[in-house]
Amino acid sequence: MSAAPPPASEPRRRIPDPREAVASPRQAATGARFYQTGTFAVGNRLLEASESSVQADPERANAITKGHRACQGCGEALGARYALDAALRATGGRLIAANATGCLEVFSTPFPESSWRLPWIHSLFANAPAVATGIAAALRAQGRTDIRVIGQGGDGGTVDIGLACLSGMFERGDDVLYVCYDNEAYMNTGVQRSAATPPAARTATTEPLPGHPGNAFGQGKNMPLIAMAHEIPYVATATVAELRDLEAKVERAMALHGPRYIHVLVPCPLGWGSATAETIAIARLAKETGLFPVFEAEDGRVSGVSPIRRLRPVEDYLRRQKRYAHLFAGAGQPEVVARLQALADRNVERFGLLAEEEER
Amino acid sequence: MPSQLEGSLAVARTVARCRPEVVCAYPITPQTHIVEALSRMVAGGELAPCEFVNVESEFAAMSVAIGASATGARAYTATASQGLLYMAEALFNASGLGLPIVMTVANRAIGAPINIWNDHSDAMALRDCGWVQLYASDNQEAADMHVLAFRLAQECSLPVMVCMDGFVLTHAFEPLEVAEQELVDAYLPRFAPRQALDPDEPVTIGAMVGPEAFTEVRYLAHAKQMDALDAIPALADELADRCGRRSGELLGAYRCADAATVIVALGSVFGTLCEVVDELRAAGRSAGALAVKSFRPFPREELRAALAGASRVIVLERAFSVGVGGIVSADVHAALAGLHVPVHTVIAGLGGRAITRRSLHALVEQACAGTLADPHFLDLDTAVVERELARSRAGGRTGGRPGPHAENILRDLGIVAAGPV
Amino acid sequence: MFELRIHGRGGQGVVTAAELLSLAAFIEGVQAQAFPSFGSERMGAPVTAFCRLDARPIRLREPIAEPDAVVVADPTLLHHVNVFGGLRADGYVLVNSSRTLEQLGLAELHGRHAAQRLATVPASEIARAWLGRPIPNSALLGGLVALTRVVKLDSLLAAIGERFSAGAAEGNANAAREAHRRAAAALGEANREAVDA
Repeated sequence: MSAAPPPASEPRRRIPDPREAVASPRQAATGARFYQTGTFAVGNRLLEASESSVQADPERANAITKGHRACQGCGEALGARYALDAALRATGGRLIAANATGCLEVFSTPFPESSWRLPWIHSLFANAPAVATGIAAALRAQGRTDIRVIGQGGDGGTVDIGLACLSGMFERGDDVLYVCYDNEAYMNTGVQRSAATPPAARTATTEPLPGHPGNAFGQGKNMPLIAMAHEIPYVATATVAELRDLEAKVERAMALHGPRYIHVLVPCPLGWGSATAETIAIARLAKETGLFPVFEAEDGRVSGVSPIRRLRPVEDYLRRQKRYAHLFAGAGQPEVVARLQALADRNVERFGLLAEEEER
Repeated sequence: MPSQLEGSLAVARTVARCRPEVVCAYPITPQTHIVEALSRMVAGGELAPCEFVNVESEFAAMSVAIGASATGARAYTATASQGLLYMAEALFNASGLGLPIVMTVANRAIGAPINIWNDHSDAMALRDCGWVQLYASDNQEAADMHVLAFRLAQECSLPVMVCMDGFVLTHAFEPLEVAEQELVDAYLPRFAPRQALDPDEPVTIGAMVGPEAFTEVRYLAHAKQMDALDAIPALADELADRCGRRSGELLGAYRCADAATVIVALGSVFGTLCEVVDELRAAGRSAGALAVKSFRPFPREELRAALAGASRVIVLERAFSVGVGGIVSADVHAALAGLHVPVHTVIAGLGGRAITRRSLHALVEQACAGTLADPHFLDLDTAVVERELARSRAGGRTGGRPGPHAENILRDLGIVAAGPV
Repeated sequence: MFELRIHGRGGQGVVTAAELLSLAAFIEGVQAQAFPSFGSERMGAPVTAFCRLDARPIRLREPIAEPDAVVVADPTLLHHVNVFGGLRADGYVLVNSSRTLEQLGLAELHGRHAAQRLATVPASEIARAWLGRPIPNSALLGGLVALTRVVKLDSLLAAIGERFSAGAAEGNANAAREAHRRAAAALGEANREAVDA
């Protein structure tokens, strides 16, 4: 992410810090401060209902139910479950999904089984946004406007091959929420480089060889900014480290109409070469280093930023992924790491990612 | 009551009477008049409820139609040429999913070199995509075929493309009837999809199928199209009973019963062929013309029955398979296997070149004399191609590159200003 | 069957002219087929339009190679395009011009065609007077009707009324009428000359 966001004209809303969750009387009575609220880490009985995660609700839709074939530690399966259950709660279960070809589609529908408990269609790799447009048009023609539409796909199907259809959907003002699960490469086909692959990352088509530091610097598309350039009602980024935040953004999106876009960072242990138990931790580091800004934008302007709690150097993030191992092998490539650090620093500055009362 | 109408407008009005709920289209010559007319009808409220979606490409057009059709809405689009190719992946997807989308293809040549005029290379390039392919012999049939197409599509759960010759039919003004709304409503019941995206009954559409089941799934697609061979004549009969006009059968025969020479063709050239047949018969030659109106599914048995008594068959086609020869004639050959009826392949009318009565008469003479090449390119300017081949072999005059064929030929014909060759 | 070929340039309404004639024929209960032949659509490019009229339904789909009548909407095409190619020996010619055929370099037409088969009409000037723009199609049709009587003038005027919106219809109808009057008058002269000669 190297481009600058357009300037905000109004003061930005700060996305609430989980530390500032509204304390229920019971919580206040204990005198304790709870972090990571809204997940199973802290019992949801201690929270106000409005702060409670959708996943904590035994009546949750379970849109993508157990039995799918995702890898252990798959960030996309995690993100999709949270996103879709939140969307289903927000729409009272009146939701249809269009899914691009990719990991999510493949691991969720091994014929004759399906994990999906909502109406769901997979057409092609490049057309999920257009299929979603078609579903929305049909519903409008049929007068069934209580039913909402969600399109989803990976970074390859969204940022590369699906970009024309996505841009068309944005431009026409179609009433579709599109969610991109970004694991920064074409994972389903064996980890090849996409326009979302970060600089210096190893993929099967950007191997770190003499003279090639992995994926090149100066390339790539900033999809959230591209979405913002269409001036659509709502754009947001999120990670699977802050799942309640992801749910809240999906709920916010479903309260609006028109084209909406959410870009979710979903680490892929296989493709990133990270430990399967560290998916959430690595997603958190992506945010806390500044490499993945977490923000919201409305009508083309940044409207809210989720601040970094404790700024970390990019090395903390890079070292935990084998796709960056070549930067640290032997003498290492400190100049490349420095360039990545510079990208992170620029994001911090341009998006205003540091909280005012920052603990350094 | 007929009106003097442009072919495209008759098609658009007929399509509107079929009550499509989602019309999505990307402009490409020569289909534009059809979708422009539909756009006006939707905007003016004449066609409602209907969503008209201006898409960003033909690939998007077919994708939007897929989403709409999967949601249980009647979906329609139109395209031609490069646009049809651009949606190729989506065509296979639509037929594989059994979605009853109807599409008009205003047949136009495929580039390179770019050419906006009529031939069948577009639809022929996608003959295997699993769509039903119907070819209209004239504008009245083109319009009426859409009514049949929508009914066929939803009854067989198959997408249907109605092919009509670009410019020749789309841009021709002639007396045409648009099927009455009550007639269409009686013939075309509300679309009740086999499965649909519906929160009340969630289904998963588009799952991956592996080697253990793929063959069976694909066999069923073939079986469905073969069933259409029975459905099409029945639906054509029903439509003819209601509107008094015949259209959209499997074949259209003109004076074939006792014909020694039968010319088989698709599309609008059939009208010219009928004139030629009458002229030949007046001159004492026994001839007939056979229009193939359903190309996919291919009416093998009906064709065999129609041609069994002929002494020779000339298949006149407006496309060909590079490196092999005829496309339609290959299917005709297969249909006539074992009958010892010679089948001549004639490639004609490529890229909008006119197929004239004069050329057709000469063609029949040559066929009867047995002097046709195989395949025979009608009206090929052999001098020009031989000069160009010689030029290619020799290199440029200065020994440099010989240059592109298209430009050299156009210069040779004097269409482009002569320059150094 | 009567076959007409019109040569002009994009923007002159040549395609509409063929449609109008087909509509006029339709109004008279005559079968008519009109169709264009053009390249990429842009102003000024050569355009050819065709119209066939017949008592029986028309099945032919080939371009008109041997027209009964040729109309030239833009004389600058005369020496670029073979506008008269295939014209029948007893065919009609109508050229949009205020000049004579001789002045246009077409004297040889007189050798092949009878005087009452040939006409020029200043259709662009007539159109400019009645429409404010030099779109000669309706005027040319008026002249064509006078020359060939392939349809009645009233049918042509009815077609114009159907095809154009109210304001444009009036101007186009007037242009057609004036061109018809002038061409008829000139043909009357030609007839008298033929008789006297």
